[in-house]
Amino acid sequence: MKTIYLAIPMVCLIASIVAGLFGKKIGRKGAHTVTIGGVAIAFILSMVVYLDVRQGNLFNGALYNWAISGGVAMQIGFLIDQLTATMMVVVTFVSLMVHIYTIGYMHDDPGYQRFFCYISLFTFAMLMLVMSNNFLQLFFGWEAVGLVSYLLIGFWYEKDTAIFANMKAFLVNRVGDFGFLLGLAAVLYVFGSLDYATVFSAADGAQDQTLISIFGEWNWITVICLLLFVGAMGKSAQVPLHVWLPDSMEGPTPISALIHAATMVTAGIFLVARMSPLFELSETALSVVLVIGATTAIFMALIGLVQNDIKRVVAYSTLSQLGYMTVALGVSAYEVAIFHLGTHAFFKALLFLGAGSVIIAMHHEQDMRKMGGLRAIMPITYVTCFIGSLALAGIPPFAGFFSKDAIIESVHFSDIWGSSYAYIAVVLGVFVTAFYSFRLMFMTFHGNNRADDHTRQHLDESPAVVTWPLILLAIPSVIAGFLFFEPVLSGSYFGDSIYVKPEHDVVAALYEVYHGKHGVGLIFTAILHGMMAPPFWLALAGIGFAWYCYCKNTELPGKIYNALGPISRIVENKYGFDEFYQKVFSGGSLALGRFLSKHADAGLIDGIIVNGTARTVRMFSGMMREGQTGKTFHYAFAIIIGLFALVTIFVWAR
Amino acid sequence: MTFVQFCFYVFSAILVFAAGMVVTIRNPVKSALFLVLAFFSAACIWITLEAEFLAIVLVLVYVGAVMVLFLFVVMMLDIDLAVLRAGFARYLPVGSVIALLLILEIALVMTTSFGPGEFTAPGAHPADYSNTKELGRLIYTVYVYPFEIAAIILLVAIIAAIALTMRKRPDSKYIDPTKQIKVDRNDRLRIVKMKSEGDKQV
Amino acid sequence: MISLSHYLVLGAILFGISVVGIFLNRKNVVILLMSIELLLLAVNMNFVAFSRYLDDTAGQVFVFFILTVAAAEAAIGLAILIVLFRSRRTINVEELDSLKG
Repeated sequence: MKTIYLAIPMVCLIASIVAGLFGKKIGRKGAHTVTIGGVAIAFILSMVVYLDVRQGNLFNGALYNWAISGGVAMQIGFLIDQLTATMMVVVTFVSLMVHIYTIGYMHDDPGYQRFFCYISLFTFAMLMLVMSNNFLQLFFGWEAVGLVSYLLIGFWYEKDTAIFANMKAFLVNRVGDFGFLLGLAAVLYVFGSLDYATVFSAADGAQDQTLISIFGEWNWITVICLLLFVGAMGKSAQVPLHVWLPDSMEGPTPISALIHAATMVTAGIFLVARMSPLFELSETALSVVLVIGATTAIFMALIGLVQNDIKRVVAYSTLSQLGYMTVALGVSAYEVAIFHLGTHAFFKALLFLGAGSVIIAMHHEQDMRKMGGLRAIMPITYVTCFIGSLALAGIPPFAGFFSKDAIIESVHFSDIWGSSYAYIAVVLGVFVTAFYSFRLMFMTFHGNNRADDHTRQHLDESPAVVTWPLILLAIPSVIAGFLFFEPVLSGSYFGDSIYVKPEHDVVAALYEVYHGKHGVGLIFTAILHGMMAPPFWLALAGIGFAWYCYCKNTELPGKIYNALGPISRIVENKYGFDEFYQKVFSGGSLALGRFLSKHADAGLIDGIIVNGTARTVRMFSGMMREGQTGKTFHYAFAIIIGLFALVTIFVWAR
Repeated sequence: MTFVQFCFYVFSAILVFAAGMVVTIRNPVKSALFLVLAFFSAACIWITLEAEFLAIVLVLVYVGAVMVLFLFVVMMLDIDLAVLRAGFARYLPVGSVIALLLILEIALVMTTSFGPGEFTAPGAHPADYSNTKELGRLIYTVYVYPFEIAAIILLVAIIAAIALTMRKRPDSKYIDPTKQIKVDRNDRLRIVKMKSEGDKQV
Repeated sequence: MISLSHYLVLGAILFGISVVGIFLNRKNVVILLMSIELLLLAVNMNFVAFSRYLDDTAGQVFVFFILTVAAAEAAIGLAILIVLFRSRRTINVEELDSLKG
């Protein structure tokens, strides 16, 4: 099995290297054959590992000692458990779909081989991240996916906006990564090890250690959790580090689907779930996670209402859904968070690829106001997107319903600080989610076609390489809920890979409630229960309202928008985060840089240290030169005076 | 006052006087001659110190060779004395002060460590004692390597002096035997063909 | 009886005179060289005196070596002087300041 574990990331890496370094030689066809082949092997092997893990064969061990320094072993190792196996299957499956889809989407792009190289590299990095059994390798994967994300957002490097967006993503992620790195340092300081198993087993004993700083006394576990969560906030785009994700839509659509919706942005969720033995020990950290997640869930959804760019709507929906997952983490429902992560990966990738399909048809037009009526022309895209939207909105029996309902109910059961705020946020979020996702559907696929004549004449369904991934992604979007709802809730699915304190265990409470009732099986109980609860009706209301606004009475949205005046503008401006960061951080850095360049660099370093040294040397050498008259007798005098001095010293010293 | 004391004072007086004349007199030739006098007096004092060999060497080497060399050089060179003497006394005060201070300091050292009575002269050597023999014994046994090095230094000095001063004078007429041997007909003789003038009628 | 310090003072006076000579004849290389010879003579005087009063012939061996070096120095110094005179037509040290900084 060890060989298989190693083979899974390695085939992706090798494929990436081949496509990247020999792209010209093997050509376009060669590049996509080798990378798709690599990822397909990785997917199949991941399935093998997954089934093996379901049989109960776990693995935790080091493969290679990279370095040992000061008693700390830095190892390359794998931890294969239920959590890892799930992530591996999700990652490789979505990645495979995106690889196939890319053949169609990037058909005419000159950077074809480069693109395949990058996404294969990404798959490798993401697998290293999820399979790691220690913090250092986790950090390696973490930074590697960040790098690939940077490369891919700026894939069209001749576009100014893309360059700006990738720089922004990189810098914002740097803030998070810095927190993460500090977290690693704190882990190393407190536990003296970077190995998961060692750290988790020592966590209980470290509960009472405190850090005394200028900010008062802090529990070390809380500090570690908060720092790690800062990293998760950066990667998973939680408020206030969310600003990079909408801009990352400057990258090609397959990337938005793979990296910025399905996998990489969920690394933060995965991280917190993986760290559950630590987070469970700190209610403070859990509350912070909960509040930030709830805030992201509702407020980012609201921005989604006013966007007209099809990809940006989906992007804000991603932000909001990541907020839902974070909320689930905050109430200790880690299993549910990962469950939602999985279902979301399927339906969000589906929605993104669907949006991409529309964009191909519209000749890279992304403005929804110029679309409409595509239902008849692109039936496969329409149906699959419709399934994705239903799943996103949380309509039973689609996958999204189960995971999202589980989150909402978990929050309902939790009594941790901030859970009532979070409950309101996630319930309202359901309405908003349903509204914006169906706004997208209705604006794009229903009504009259608002495209110009030229585009309209060329409108056509996308090729098979595009539609097949859509269909393949639509299947799990429908059935994933059925398959996994019961095992996840009963706790049998994740086994020991996730640790929850008994008093926090909302999932078990939820399971109790669903289990005992009606006697018709857990799933149907959940559906029945869900249909009677407010979220379901709010979702339906959202869909209905969207239908009314965008199919019946198309004047209404504008009127509402104007009526709400200032609020609309605040939402339109995304609460001013971008402007604030632009002014304060970018402007501040620029001003500081200018100040330093003028005074510190030109003044101090150049003026005093560098030129000052030269000036001093020149001054002294001028003085010394005066002494060098070149006249021999002066030197003779110097010798005699020196002799005199020496004799004087000799006499005085006696 | 013993004879030795008398000799010491007389020769010391001559030595100091001659040394003073060496550094102050205008004419370098006279200066060199006073230097000869100074060395001569010093040799005399050394004889009273029972260093007969060195005294003779001083006279032979310095007076006989080095000073003659000085005289040759001084006479060979066409020196503009007026220029050299200009500003003669400019550094006199400084020099005197430094010299006086040096003498004082040396005297200070002497009176503290080597004052009168500190060391008494050992008795004179017996009549069959040879200073030269004793010195030779030391030089050829204990100090043989330094002696060899001294010889090398002298050799180097000779070679250096010759190398520095040797030059080819363009106006000197000398014969190079190598060239003489190498001579052949073509260098000396050129046969030119020309019409005889006999036919021409004037 | 003449004590050691008599000779040492004599050496010191000779030394002082030659130092003054170096200061006075700063332009004339020939006399500079003569002053240096005097300087060495003063040193030799001390060596000989010590050799006598300590009854150690090694001091005389030293004088022997100093004489050797002094002779070599005089020879080379005069040779340099001649070369200098040939190229500069002067032995005025004041004019020899090509080494000026």
